[in-house]
Amino acid sequence: MFFNPEIFQITALSLQVSTLATGISLLIGLPLGTWLALGNFRGRSFLLSIVNTGMALPPVVVGLVVAMMLWRSGPLGDLRLIYTPMAIVIAQTIIAAPVVTGLTAAALEALDPRLSQQLLGLGASRLQMVWYLWREARLPLLAALMAGFGSVISEVGASMMVGGNIKGQTRVLTTAIVLETSKGEFETALALSALLLVLTYLINLALTRIQQRGQKR
Amino acid sequence: MSENLVEIHNLQVRRNGRVALEIENLHLRRGETLGVVGPNGAGKSTLLLTLANLLEPARGEIRFDGRSLHQWNKLDYRRRISVVFQSPLLLDLTVEQNIALGLKFRGVPRDEIRTRVERWMKYLGVESLSKRRADRLSGGEAQRVSLARAFVLDPDLLLLDEPFAALDPPTRAKLLDDLSGILKADHKTAVFVTHNLNEAAKLSHRIAVIVDGTLRQEGTMEQIRAQPADEIVRAFLSELSQ
Repeated sequence: MFFNPEIFQITALSLQVSTLATGISLLIGLPLGTWLALGNFRGRSFLLSIVNTGMALPPVVVGLVVAMMLWRSGPLGDLRLIYTPMAIVIAQTIIAAPVVTGLTAAALEALDPRLSQQLLGLGASRLQMVWYLWREARLPLLAALMAGFGSVISEVGASMMVGGNIKGQTRVLTTAIVLETSKGEFETALALSALLLVLTYLINLALTRIQQRGQKR
Repeated sequence: MSENLVEIHNLQVRRNGRVALEIENLHLRRGETLGVVGPNGAGKSTLLLTLANLLEPARGEIRFDGRSLHQWNKLDYRRRISVVFQSPLLLDLTVEQNIALGLKFRGVPRDEIRTRVERWMKYLGVESLSKRRADRLSGGEAQRVSLARAFVLDPDLLLLDEPFAALDPPTRAKLLDDLSGILKADHKTAVFVTHNLNEAAKLSHRIAVIVDGTLRQEGTMEQIRAQPADEIVRAFLSELSQ
């Protein structure tokens, strides 16, 4: 069953969209989380609370809002992205970005607050300071990446809403599991679930290995 | 070239909405170590952070090498000084890499980094620890590395914020001796913050007494002991000698 071309295609699409969404979330979340952690400005606590709330956004709600934006009758309808893999990437990025941002901010806030002063006091530029703070917090930052990926590879609500679960085009592992279950094909659903679990485990195993290699000895 | 490397005029620094430090006039001569003493919360560290350009004064002027700090590019200024805090604040790197850090920030060539780092590891007695990671060092070893990291930069101004406070007495005494020797041999200009009068006396040419955010008196240790400026200074001195 696992060597079925359709399963390969579904698995490959799941990995593509979730990896891309996680990557974009990292590009947004790492600098934004850093700014929130190190900044000293009015409204900082409020922004942090918004980000932390965003970490608990229900995927199906995100999917609904994005779908309404991308429908032909919606404000971004002309982009013709609804029911495409890119629509899933957009929705998953909205889900993962607060996770990566919030955990990045937490990781940097957990560092000794005098460390940034020490780095500046040694003549670091702001960029150099940020680079070394990221380096010091690399283990929790990697955990933020894993959490971001985990939040999207396993979601179904957003993928269903904006992707439509179209065979050969937008069907991913989670939406395929829902479909097979609704058809009463429990064996197939369970097999796909096992595949999703193994995939998630292998990816996290690789990231955990990298994390443990970088752990303080 | 002026005799004074640092001049402070009418300085006021605010923290958390209140005045943390006020100094009307204070100067630091080239090649001099100024000891800054006072009780906890007096404003000593505030002075140090302001001199390091890590805190903005609410009012007043600090002149460094003849120019107001406002005229200095912040990064250029910070690369002329070096700061050592009470806690070593070493990074998750080896001893050698930690000491080389400031030189890397300045883009110093690798060969020169190696030479300078080796020299300062030797001066501060940590050359046998060069490949050891920072989290494997004792408190005394870590503070030596922190000092080497600051000295290797050959700063015009060295700012030391209670560098011995977290150390046990024997380690403290040894490190104090070594630091005293280095400061004198190199004619370094330094500000040394401490609440320990004996340490201040050993390391410093002059002392500035700060209590409740105000500079109360400056002079040599003998002058201050012989003629405390007011009751507050007298009370502080007698508290420390108990």
